[in-house]
Amino acid sequence: MSDMDDMDDGSGVVKKFMFLNRKAPHGTVYALEGLEVVLITAAFDQDVSMVFTDDGVYQLMKGVDTKGIEVKDFSKTYRALEGYDIEKLYVDQVSLDARGLTEDDLIVDVTVLSVDEMANLMAEQDVVISF
Amino acid sequence: MPMVNIAGKEVEVDEEGYLVDLSQWNEDIAKYMAVEEKVDLTDSHWEVVNFLREYYAEYQIAPAVRVLTKAIGKKLGPEKGNNKYLYELFPYGPAKQACKIAGLPKPTGCI
Repeated sequence: MSDMDDMDDGSGVVKKFMFLNRKAPHGTVYALEGLEVVLITAAFDQDVSMVFTDDGVYQLMKGVDTKGIEVKDFSKTYRALEGYDIEKLYVDQVSLDARGLTEDDLIVDVTVLSVDEMANLMAEQDVVISF
Repeated sequence: MPMVNIAGKEVEVDEEGYLVDLSQWNEDIAKYMAVEEKVDLTDSHWEVVNFLREYYAEYQIAPAVRVLTKAIGKKLGPEKGNNKYLYELFPYGPAKQACKIAGLPKPTGCI
């Protein structure tokens, strides 16, 4: 990958990509697949942000134990995002409140946004991909 | 998926030779994988392999090369956290080869 960095021919347009996560971490493959897409996208040096809203906020819950449902607990992987230079993580305030959660319940540092702030952020994006 | 016999134990590997069940990993498996990858394991190789195992334990993924290089630089110093050093140890890709030897899956974001 780093060899590719050297092949920059000046055509490297940086777009704003938002990955919108709306589903609970387990039960469907959306959360894990979405996370993998984000980690792969990180290789392309784009302006990437992740948003967690609705049941998607559960993806960032601390202290998860998935032994009982026999699936991999990938919640720790959100902590690796910083190393992939993905540092823009946003969470919807209303979704947190509706589930009785606060920032302290989350496994990574996030920016909590109001509905209006979230709408503005979405409007700024070139691409919004929803999982 | 294919089974291979390593030091008297049957272990399952995927079609590219990566260990399927991480918990089965031991030094014999690392040595077997290293032979497959034509890597002569030295202390410097082990340092990277052990680093990857710690990374996986902490984040549950195998890092992409770029991320591995940066993380190694942070932990072991800039003389080790660079492509030249890591590619000398693992000529066919530090993330790919070292992950295989460490018993991890193929790196996420490895393209």
